Amino acid sequence: MTALIEFDHVAFAYARAADPRTRAFAFPGLSFAIERGEIFGVIGPNSAGKTSLLRLLTRVLSPQRGEIRLDGRPIAALRSWELAREVAVVPQDAPRPFPFTVEQLVLMGRYPHGPRRFFEDAADAAAARDAMLATETLSLAAMPLERLSGGERQRALLARALAQEPRLLVLDEPTAHLDLRYQAETAALLRRLNRERGMTVLLVSHDLNLAAELADRLLLLRAGEVARVGAPGDVLEQGLLEDVFGCRVTVDKSASGRPVVQLAYDRG
Amino acid sequence: MSDARRLATALSALGVVLLAIGLTALFVGSAGLSPGAVARALTGRAETSSVEAIVTLSLRLPRVAAAALAGAALAVAGVGFQALTRNPLAEPSVLGVSSGAAFGVVLAQILGFETGLVAALGVAVFAFAGALLSAAIVYLVATAPGGLAIQTLLLAGVIVGIFFSAAITVIISVVDFNRLSGVIHWLLGNLAPIPLSSLALFAALTGAGVWLILRHARELNLLALGEEAASQLGIDAERLKRRVFVAAALLTGTVVAFTGPIGFVGLIVPHVLRGLVGQDNRFLVPTCAVAGATFLLAADTLARNVVAPAELSVGVITAFCGAPFFVWVLRARSRPA
Repeated sequence: MTALIEFDHVAFAYARAADPRTRAFAFPGLSFAIERGEIFGVIGPNSAGKTSLLRLLTRVLSPQRGEIRLDGRPIAALRSWELAREVAVVPQDAPRPFPFTVEQLVLMGRYPHGPRRFFEDAADAAAARDAMLATETLSLAAMPLERLSGGERQRALLARALAQEPRLLVLDEPTAHLDLRYQAETAALLRRLNRERGMTVLLVSHDLNLAAELADRLLLLRAGEVARVGAPGDVLEQGLLEDVFGCRVTVDKSASGRPVVQLAYDRG
Repeated sequence: MSDARRLATALSALGVVLLAIGLTALFVGSAGLSPGAVARALTGRAETSSVEAIVTLSLRLPRVAAAALAGAALAVAGVGFQALTRNPLAEPSVLGVSSGAAFGVVLAQILGFETGLVAALGVAVFAFAGALLSAAIVYLVATAPGGLAIQTLLLAGVIVGIFFSAAITVIISVVDFNRLSGVIHWLLGNLAPIPLSSLALFAALTGAGVWLILRHARELNLLALGEEAASQLGIDAERLKRRVFVAAALLTGTVVAFTGPIGFVGLIVPHVLRGLVGQDNRFLVPTCAVAGATFLLAADTLARNVVAPAELSVGVITAFCGAPFFVWVLRARSRPA
């Protein structure tokens, strides 16, 4: 049985520095697989390729060589809405201005299920309601997104992705704008979705400890290449992390037995 | 209530208002006809050569139709530009697109397109080309590296508008004035009676533009998420933007070709309608078409009657309403939420 997602020797480089703020960056030939039902975390330093990996997976970028497969089928061969039925992305935050309500936002997630429909139908409404229930945003349905707190907005964006009824849920820095309580709530919600719905989750994060706590497996990226893939305990090793991030760290164990990484501040 | 029912209700209510204003426009005017005489003409019971028949059927009716078409086209073009730029102040005249189209029309006139259906089509093509050109310039200027700030877009629009207005002035100064008869009046937005064949062309082009934008109304909503997020939901963002851009330019060019550059309709009408039907483009586009028609009809009826027997250009009325409105919206938006 094939994996849900396979990156097969994917090579990609930005043609030229279109934006001078981004550094030259390339995947020389990236290979890894995401199995069905797992929570897969992608970690790594800035400009290691986390965001580009996500863009390749959602076809915002196309690889120059190699292939990305979903269920064994090359994603390049899918219609754009076919891909959107399988892979849903939760962005870091909503753009501003964003004039729509939570319910309108969540219903946008139904587009790939009926791109020719002018209005959403009853099945779309039911799926949106279900997604809002799962994220506890139903009571916010009529609120404009811009009036919500950061945590509420994050849940609304998650609800929009769930309304797509995807098999792979992709989260880009899910806790970047959240305080501690919402971070904990988001983590619990993701774990529940994974367990109860068997939804595969791809988590792209700066937060090593969040990734360690949630993920079944981690992929550590270094400059567009796999530094290591495996269980959090195998990837979050002091020597490897110090090498990849270029700073000193200590690695402990949390109450749940997962590794906890701390920066060792240089007091000299 | 389902969305379709809600839209139908809103459209019927707006349709009733449009009908009422349209009838009012047919019954009032400087000719001083009695309501009975107008009614006789409308129901075909007047002599074809009688004053009431000529005034009602050959002057007022085509003018009412032209005003309704222009208002619908401008309001929908406004919605289109606003969705594309994610800026509620974007609008054909503010973005300088009307000036570009007007430049095209003036160019067509010195090339000798004067009367008849073919000439009308020629003028419309030139106006469309001018609108596309100016919209493309504004877009390129505003999306240059550094981001798409709202102010950048508006400034780019103002600059492009000034440039094309200057180009028009140059042409008017150089070319024999008699060949450009009525240009000054036309440049202020003038709903002169249009021959029936041209009116049909006007209606067809307006219908095509509105239809194109209406078809993509749902996708335009998703564009508010940003282009990357929209494409991750299965939308071809580049193609969508191109189509709506062309449709909005077509609507602007069409209106300018047949009635001259009438400003601010695309700003006022969508803004008021957002308060009534919400932000959803699937509701905004069709309701703005009807409400835009109503608004411009009302403005034109006012223009015909406030200084009778002389008349104002309808563009003067919309500018008097639109300029303060623009400032008001700008201030409301600049205020921190």
